Amino acid sequence: MTNDALKERPLCLSGKGVTKVFGSGDKATVAVDHVDFEFREGELISIVGESGSGKTTLSKMLLGLISVTEGEVFFQGKPRDISNRKKRLEYWKGIQAIFQDPFSSFNVFSKIDAVLLDCIRMRGGGHLSKEKKIEMMTEACGFVNLKYEELTNKYPFELSGGQMQRLMIARIFLLKPKILLADEPTSMIDACSRATILDMLMNLRDEIGMTIIFITHDIGLAYYISDSVYIMEHGKFVEKGTPDEVILTPQAEYTKRLISDVPKIHEPWDLSTV
Amino acid sequence: MSKTILEVKDLTTKYITRFGEDVYAVDHVSLKIEEGKSLGIAGESGCGKSTLALSLMGYYFAPLHYTSGEIIIDGKNISGLDPDAVRKDILGTEVAYIPQAAMNALNPTRKIYKFIEDVVLAHQPKRNKKEIYEMAKSRFAELGLPVSALDKHAVELSGGMKQRVVIAISTILSPKVLIADEPSSALDVTSQKMVIKMLRDMMDRGFIKAMIFITHELPLLYNVTDDIMVMYAGQIVEQGSAKEMVFDPIHPYSRGLMQSILVPEEGTRDNKLAAIPGTPPNLKNPPKGCRFAARCKYAVPQCHFNAIPMIEAGDGRRFRCGHSIQNLREVYENDK
Repeated sequence: MTNDALKERPLCLSGKGVTKVFGSGDKATVAVDHVDFEFREGELISIVGESGSGKTTLSKMLLGLISVTEGEVFFQGKPRDISNRKKRLEYWKGIQAIFQDPFSSFNVFSKIDAVLLDCIRMRGGGHLSKEKKIEMMTEACGFVNLKYEELTNKYPFELSGGQMQRLMIARIFLLKPKILLADEPTSMIDACSRATILDMLMNLRDEIGMTIIFITHDIGLAYYISDSVYIMEHGKFVEKGTPDEVILTPQAEYTKRLISDVPKIHEPWDLSTV
Repeated sequence: MSKTILEVKDLTTKYITRFGEDVYAVDHVSLKIEEGKSLGIAGESGCGKSTLALSLMGYYFAPLHYTSGEIIIDGKNISGLDPDAVRKDILGTEVAYIPQAAMNALNPTRKIYKFIEDVVLAHQPKRNKKEIYEMAKSRFAELGLPVSALDKHAVELSGGMKQRVVIAISTILSPKVLIADEPSSALDVTSQKMVIKMLRDMMDRGFIKAMIFITHELPLLYNVTDDIMVMYAGQIVEQGSAKEMVFDPIHPYSRGLMQSILVPEEGTRDNKLAAIPGTPPNLKNPPKGCRFAARCKYAVPQCHFNAIPMIEAGDGRRFRCGHSIQNLREVYENDK
């Protein structure tokens, strides 16, 4: 997608001066420092930074799991209101997340069927016939290359890490939120399954038009997957743009360092710079 | 020709499950590493990389059992020794092992120099503690670690620092072989680079004589090790120099792995990543023929029935495939 085509799309999630301060007085830590962002519908955004740069704090604020100290988040152009439980539940129909550790993302007591049926119910499909539900679950599993028939009587922990992460994506496929926030979804699985997960995220964007916020420390992944890249250092965005702009012609020192830290295969990897 | 530090001949080890079944997770593996060289091991999750690493230490505990084969470190055969003897004479001095979450091994109630005392005293009980402290100080300085870390507790150090400290502790007695099993997978890219730099430094300064580095990150292996070996279902399927393996893989499985490489370099964005379909076979009853045949798009019927021997292709290059090199190159060319 070209940059201009993206700019014409409606805003999905945006923020003005979003700030998070932990603690107060002398001990206050500014984790996210007055960041502005505009995520458009059907855009795949990567937020890249090293450990401690504030990526996860920002993602928790976007999800509404922690409060915003200052600034405002806008959802579909309107100020986001999550002041009570009912409104929060409504908001979460629009935004869902996948986390780093697939092993701790599932309820160990519910079978895979129950996990998927829950999603159908959340979308208001509770009254559908059993056949229709099974058809929907089969379709969702098919989307992530899993076979529903083989999973139906299993528990999530009987699957491998890569399969569990794919099942998470099947959940997202059923829930069809406007926004998917993926916080390091591939850092615990091997390189081979990683390719599959990345491709599935891109399919979600292309087929359902989902907005995906992809959080990672590996700029190589961001380069491959995203439409726009935000680089985060000490709670601030130091650079943003298309992947080609940011990675091939980086301006900020921090971006240059992040790129030099990733091992490469066509250029020598300079170890003397650490 | 330089001296061979580690030689493994036909090593086979198995897990015995609680139902009494044998699972051969390392199946007739042979390899050789010369002084000053490093070997990378690549493969998917569950292909036997970590089991091979554990087996190479010569230290077996249930459910892992030694079956056959030899492990020779600098002329000394360590296979089939009594576990107590291995712990006393081999681990730490001949071979050291760093697992992925090594940093979690640090007891939070003790200071770092205490761990070093433990390691040294376990092997050289007569050493003076002050002398050990001085030795640790100079080793830390040489490796570029802050000497002040010695007097700190583990909780005061960052993840990357903890990992480097653990590596320094486990190599304090200058083992001949270091086995690093995904030492940087839990870290971010910057800390990862520091860990790699330290490992390289240790090789250059001769603190370790040979290294085995295990990871699924191929660009990392390419930059760290001299040779790369690809494992699948407990067997070696291909080995060659890092450059050959990344740019000219012969075996269909290695080729599949190399297609999952992601690097932030110009022109790589349009490469379509290709994942290998399917999952590795269950090793309780491994396939009779080629173990990769079920997932291989170039498989022919014979592949499923005949066990495939390792083919030597010269210059340390070897692979295990039913097709000849010429055949494979042709089909790859047609694929483009």
